[in-house]
Amino acid sequence: MPIDITMPALSPTMEVGTLAKWLVAVGDRVKSGDLLCEIETDKATMEFETIDEGEVAELVVVAGTEDVKVGAVILRLKVEDESDTPAPVAEAANAAMDQAVKVAVAPVPATTPGATPATEPEPAMTKAGEGERVLASPLARRVAAAKGIALTSLSGSGPRGRIVLADVESEGVSAPVVPTATAAAAVPVAVAPAAKAEAFSSDIPHVVEKLGNVRRVIARRLTEAKATIPHIYLTVDVRLDALLKLRGELNSALESRGVKLSVNDMVIKALALALREVPKCNVSFAGESLVSYSRADISVAVAAPSGLITPIIVGADSKPLSVIAGEMKALAEKARAGKLQPHEYQGGTASLSNLGMFGIKAFDAVINPPQAMILAVGAGEKRAVVDGDAVVAATVMSMTGSFDHRAIDGADGAALMAAVKALIEKPLGLVA
Amino acid sequence: MSDAFDLVVLGSGPGGYVAAIRASQLGMKVAIVEREKLGGICLNWGCIPTKALLRSSEIYHYITHASAYGLSVEKPSFDLAKVTERSRKVAGQLNSGVKGLMKKNKVTVVEGEGRLSGARQVTVGERVLDAKNVIVATGARARDLPGVAADGQRIWTYRHAMVPPAMPTKLLVIGSGAIGIEFASFYSDMGADVTVVEMLDRILPVEDADVSAFMEKTLVKQGMRIVTGAMVSDVKAGKDSVSATITDKDGKANAEQFSHVIVAIGIVPNTENIGLEALGVATDRGHIVNDGFGRTNVEGLWAIGDVAGAPWLAHKASHEGIIAVETMAGQHVHAMDKGAIPGCTYSRPQVASVGLTEAQAAEGGRKLKVGKFPFIGNGKAIALGEAEGFVKTVFDAETGALLGAHMVGAEVTELIQGYVIARQLESTETELMHTVFAHPTLSEMMHESVLDAYDRALHY
Repeated sequence: MPIDITMPALSPTMEVGTLAKWLVAVGDRVKSGDLLCEIETDKATMEFETIDEGEVAELVVVAGTEDVKVGAVILRLKVEDESDTPAPVAEAANAAMDQAVKVAVAPVPATTPGATPATEPEPAMTKAGEGERVLASPLARRVAAAKGIALTSLSGSGPRGRIVLADVESEGVSAPVVPTATAAAAVPVAVAPAAKAEAFSSDIPHVVEKLGNVRRVIARRLTEAKATIPHIYLTVDVRLDALLKLRGELNSALESRGVKLSVNDMVIKALALALREVPKCNVSFAGESLVSYSRADISVAVAAPSGLITPIIVGADSKPLSVIAGEMKALAEKARAGKLQPHEYQGGTASLSNLGMFGIKAFDAVINPPQAMILAVGAGEKRAVVDGDAVVAATVMSMTGSFDHRAIDGADGAALMAAVKALIEKPLGLVA
Repeated sequence: MSDAFDLVVLGSGPGGYVAAIRASQLGMKVAIVEREKLGGICLNWGCIPTKALLRSSEIYHYITHASAYGLSVEKPSFDLAKVTERSRKVAGQLNSGVKGLMKKNKVTVVEGEGRLSGARQVTVGERVLDAKNVIVATGARARDLPGVAADGQRIWTYRHAMVPPAMPTKLLVIGSGAIGIEFASFYSDMGADVTVVEMLDRILPVEDADVSAFMEKTLVKQGMRIVTGAMVSDVKAGKDSVSATITDKDGKANAEQFSHVIVAIGIVPNTENIGLEALGVATDRGHIVNDGFGRTNVEGLWAIGDVAGAPWLAHKASHEGIIAVETMAGQHVHAMDKGAIPGCTYSRPQVASVGLTEAQAAEGGRKLKVGKFPFIGNGKAIALGEAEGFVKTVFDAETGALLGAHMVGAEVTELIQGYVIARQLESTETELMHTVFAHPTLSEMMHESVLDAYDRALHY
């Protein structure tokens, strides 16, 4: 028997991936650990290695094919004692192979039970094609029908891939909604507006570039956040002089260790500590319930070439500044190189976005769901400040917290902003 | 001496020993550490022995009411020591059953008090157990009333109440959760004069308000005295009695004498002296915080059961243990859904429920369909002479999701599972309506309650 290698689920929410590049060719011999291909997911490009041994018999999916469903066969291996050529996988797959250029179709509607690489703990995603029975709970069926969501567009997380209510409810929330060729007709209104294809025509000279996965996810998530979360914005001005002084002292002390703290590293810590002080802001609004976190994981917005991404400082409330600085440096580098692993950017309990380096005075950031707050940090600048009865020059920075008003009351948001401000203006609390 | 295991479980209650068995099934090399008896509180001092006691009081109740069934029994009586002895025998049988299960599943049992000497290491006396993963399943114990130490003579916790040195004549039960109400019911049926004091405004406060109201009415009719919204203070044990001051909701304080007092005001998790602090394990109000899959904030360290928070139920602990072990093994499991854990109180009448109460379900303005069917409308209930109680169901009016089910009456603890399965399978009212229920059974009321939610009840 030939071995079918299928599209792996490289993250919990991954449903489709782009087969960016083949690293093997037909006839190549591979052994466990050899790299087969590069796969581009929502947010990152990852290398995929084989755990099987054999000779590459067939590249079922052409390099560059987008929206290859998780579980679909992408490559066939011929094992040692096998001389006959394996039968082609599926007609649809062959059709995809025949296309010499990038094709935007889901090539393999059929699933291949049992062929999922063993390294993936994900369940076999039962995505039924036409005529197949869709396993779904009665409640999931009813809610999906009411929302106009086609069951065939969902991946079931229940036993044997059964679709349960949670899968329907998370549709369009955590999983990328990308209509596929087979499901497109049925996939419906519930698709986030950002994912809707709009024909563009203009006489003005222009270039059309197809959206990458990252840009698509950004568009969908931000649209969803702004459309569904009632944001409130709370702005404070913070005097930075004490923090800058402390930073100077810490950096000269840390120089020998090769650590250099940025203002941003200190603001990360301040936000994390403030979230611990005001736990009502370290939450997620989850429809029927409110989730309160007992650890502050800060997602930090980083501008990567492919678009915005938010690597996470896990447990920033309990990490020393030097550790935060080191992690942040490494994560930002990985982000810019597109090498972040899913666990490094998925999660977080609150976000921080800093545009100070671009001279932005203040701005309102969009909440990164399912989080319930994001802190937008502007530039530190010399401003005339009334101190007592005198006007003095001081370094001041404006910060705006955006809060999910369903989960967080204005007064609690204000308490968080006050706590951040206090920690920055009396920064010894950051090193205590 | 050092041993290496895939998994070391600290505590052998229904969370710990079940986790150990599942881990062994999945091919892990497992050790379990227990300082007392295998099976933990549940088997030895909780769920099981109390059910044995309540069975005695139930049969005694039937015997004393035999004439209602056309039977005559002359001078019914009981021997409390023998009732207790039977309860202990039952516990003993199950304890040796767990021993057998550990042996059959090749789980190494280490007797003694275990302590985390690292996230992946447990020390028991001289013995050091290294593990890839450690599960803390140390359970909980009774919470003391501030300033009052249970002495086992006049002032009891559940543990003393299970092996009473004497039959109480006038009993004060402080706290009306499942444990308080079960002992109140037991001693009341055995003939004691029982007073239950609850701080909140209703007994069984976690249950649906209709259930609390029904239970209060029924227990009072049985002869119990129930005081809600009240505080107990100045509990002092004398030689032959206990004095206690009950302050009612109007602030009126009254000193009273009782023969015995049972303190059943909740539990405190067993988190002391097991090395949690040194590892920086995150806790919330004393309970270890887990992520729904049993993981704590310390890598390799897991926590399940009572020590990891409410609801403090054996079956929650067991299920949490299975989720944790299967997660360790890389299996795909869903996180613990606390809304799907049934709760049972084995008083007379019994109480059983799953999911949201009507009040909880209505929060946020959700539209509901609520059904209620009384025992008096059920043929089997009337034939049994158990025509008191009801079955209440709460549905989401929009989706037909079964949000909660609440039952009070005979045998409801055995009935609730039907609704739990329905919830787990995500049935809507339609599937429940289309299900054929055997006649004549009490379970028909479950059908009727669903029908009633949609104004289609047949027999009432």
